[in-house]
Amino acid sequence: MPWRNGREVFVMEWDALFRILFLQDHNTRVVVLGTFVLGVAAGLAGSLLLLRKRALLSDTLAHASLPGVGLMYLLLVGSGQSGRQLLALLGGAVVACVAAVITINLLKQTTRLKEDALLSMVLSVYFGLGVVVLGIITRNHPEQSAGLQKFLYGSTAALISSDAWLLVGVAAGIIVLAACFWKEFQLLLFDSGFAASEGYPVQRLDLLVMLMVVLVTVCGMQAVGLILVVALLVIPPVAARFWSEDFLAMQWIAALIGGVSCALGTLISGVLPNMPAGAVIVLTAALLFFLSMILGIKRGILLREWNAFNLRRKTEHHHALRAIYELLERQSSEGFIDLEELRRSRSWSAHNLKRTLRRAVNLGLVEWSAQGIRLSPTGREEARKLVRSHRLWELYLITYADVAPSHVDRSADDIEHVLDPQLVALLEEKLQAQDSREVVPKSPHSTTLPEVGGSA
Amino acid sequence: MQFPVWTSLDSWIVLSALLVALNCALLGNFLLLRKQSMMGDAISHAVLPGLAAAFLLTGSRGSLVMFVGALVLGVATAFLVQWITKAGQVEEGASMGVVFTSLFALGLILIRQAASQVDLDPSCVLYGAVELAPFDVVKVAGWSLPNAVLVNGAMLLVNGIFVLLLWKELKLSSFDSALAKSLGMRVGMLHYGFMALVAATTVASFQVVGSILVIAMLIVPAATAFLLTRRLWVMVLLSLLVAAGASIGGHWSALMVPELLGYEGDTSTAGMIAVFSGLLFLCAWLFSPQQGVVALGLHRLREWERVAKDDVLAALWRLQEKHHGPVALSLLHPILSVEPVIHRFAFLLLRIRGRVKLTRGSSGESMVELIGKGFAEAQKVVRSHRLWEHYLVEEIGVRVDRVHQSAERLEHVTSQEMRAEMARELGNPEKDPHLKTIPGEETV
Repeated sequence: MPWRNGREVFVMEWDALFRILFLQDHNTRVVVLGTFVLGVAAGLAGSLLLLRKRALLSDTLAHASLPGVGLMYLLLVGSGQSGRQLLALLGGAVVACVAAVITINLLKQTTRLKEDALLSMVLSVYFGLGVVVLGIITRNHPEQSAGLQKFLYGSTAALISSDAWLLVGVAAGIIVLAACFWKEFQLLLFDSGFAASEGYPVQRLDLLVMLMVVLVTVCGMQAVGLILVVALLVIPPVAARFWSEDFLAMQWIAALIGGVSCALGTLISGVLPNMPAGAVIVLTAALLFFLSMILGIKRGILLREWNAFNLRRKTEHHHALRAIYELLERQSSEGFIDLEELRRSRSWSAHNLKRTLRRAVNLGLVEWSAQGIRLSPTGREEARKLVRSHRLWELYLITYADVAPSHVDRSADDIEHVLDPQLVALLEEKLQAQDSREVVPKSPHSTTLPEVGGSA
Repeated sequence: MQFPVWTSLDSWIVLSALLVALNCALLGNFLLLRKQSMMGDAISHAVLPGLAAAFLLTGSRGSLVMFVGALVLGVATAFLVQWITKAGQVEEGASMGVVFTSLFALGLILIRQAASQVDLDPSCVLYGAVELAPFDVVKVAGWSLPNAVLVNGAMLLVNGIFVLLLWKELKLSSFDSALAKSLGMRVGMLHYGFMALVAATTVASFQVVGSILVIAMLIVPAATAFLLTRRLWVMVLLSLLVAAGASIGGHWSALMVPELLGYEGDTSTAGMIAVFSGLLFLCAWLFSPQQGVVALGLHRLREWERVAKDDVLAALWRLQEKHHGPVALSLLHPILSVEPVIHRFAFLLLRIRGRVKLTRGSSGESMVELIGKGFAEAQKVVRSHRLWEHYLVEEIGVRVDRVHQSAERLEHVTSQEMRAEMARELGNPEKDPHLKTIPGEETV
């Protein structure tokens, strides 16, 4: 059986590999199915938690469930029953988690302590209580305490059919809840004040989110372990955030990432020796997170770097055109300007400027010959628009925002690239209405404002 | 019942735990104030692969190698969290969650790889074993000292020096990091230096309290002290006291409590220290002089009582105004049954303090009357009420039939100066909008 973690499976035979990868064994199927639905449910519940800005609550809950399990065990043994009743122990865990949520909320309302302090305090004190109870169990019932260890590290390999079906049941419940209440959740997450004013039971919805998280935490604990279930609740939603700005899409991407990393992780740990499934699942999820962070099509690093690069290039391009135009304007002739002269007009590096100019030449906006640099007719038109936006904005700042003329150039530099024609028209209208005597208001730097399409 | 005997072993255990607790509490204050409490949690989990890798690389369980490995991972965690928060625009809590769970998983795998070679038990890292601390001894200048005492004593020295030397910087950057930055402080460097110390302290504590309970030692004493004072140096001192109390009380309870509950043997000292510090926090939460739940509750109760007293006095004053003299107690019933307990209690207090007097009327029914200071106090409330009504109508333009509710609230918070100011502004009016006489300012 491939699920043992001993060294004897190090040399895997092909048919054994085949059996695992194509889910030939009943056992493999059960484990993969169980962890897959766990991942899906965790992705769904975790998204809600992340957007509620309480991602680390799952960590606190996972640790805080320990005393619940331990005390329930003592209670069962004390009343003469077997201590190994999974449902009862999970029930104990749920009770402890609910108590932890109540403690956090109560302390949040009655003290000045911040949420992060409360989370770590409840986490560690509850866990301490759990360790105390476990200590008592170990001393008094040494033969059975090993079973409780399963809750701490989890044992995916030992997942049996009934456990898997429990997971499927819980996951189904969570999927149904998430599907039924998506609109309410969306409202709660993005504007809880509005939700409350519309008459939604915000507090109860919040409790429902917490309950979903508690269920995933408690059920996931025995599959992947106490600490790693936190990973399932946190990592997939954060990863999904890079792919979509839409709540519903993000939630289901998170579910997919969670499910896939669970199933994949389980399979990998089955194939490789000495690989605890829980840890491999988390590392798979971490890998998916890393890929998402870099490649994500909405907030990924590559995308943002590309956009920033484009904006920088566009800005440089605009600045170069405007600088050429203004130099020509000052010369008030159709002449050429010198590269060095252009470079001195702004603090450009020679390399940067040359690259920008070559791009402009390729676009047919600038003519760059041995005589010097000058604008082509289309370039002149383009540059005129830019100078116009720039100066209009400067004037606007001086007239309406009371900015000193010596300070407006920088602000206008930043804004001129994003002014659309409509806005320019509006500015024009506003400034001319303000001073109707001058049809074309003067630039604060004593150069004239060029008119679009006018004679050059 | 037979209680265990306190031995020299217990003294060593308590000393180790005490040093760890002091160490953690000292740094915990700043973690708490910098809103990075969960960073302790993140670091204490994330150092696991550092420990495992150090072991795998060198093959030794020597403290120093492990220590360096864990330290590297601790600082790396702080960097990674910052990087994911900034570059990925992820909320800090979430990026901590991503980093420490991933690193912890990596650590588990490394440990599993090493497990076949030597016994490196993850539960030892999770729980710690302070009970075994006295057996792991080193000889120093002819003395045999437990390793844990030595390491944590040294750590305490380092932390103490760090905090004392950088007190001003830590204080400023904890409360207002933007200001600290604008004053030219190297806030980023301070952050990573501090995180390195947290990592080192966490690692030094592992053997004693384990990676999760160390969080309790970091945060709970500081949080307890936070509830007791608003001065930083008092907070630090108090947190040290709480830490000391928790470690001594924790070990004692670990020995005693199982027996008291009818179980055999003792239980985990580390766990008990966490629980005990939780209990100390609970005490502070309940009984803190300024911020405690009990103090706040009492304060609220006194406010209610004051408002109820004003209401009763004013009602009685108005009744006497109408009837020109003592009135039947039954007429006061409507006001007494607004909040039956509070208002009746307030009425009782008024009688005890000699503000109102109960007498027998001619036909044998109970009569009630304002006496002494009671009359003056009542008149102040009524004057405030009617002045406010007038003011709200005249100056703010509230409709006459709407002003009563607002005046009813404002009358309880109006001082003599405010009344004088209002009267002056309104030109010393005689009547309120309901055409009732505004009484004068009676001197007691």
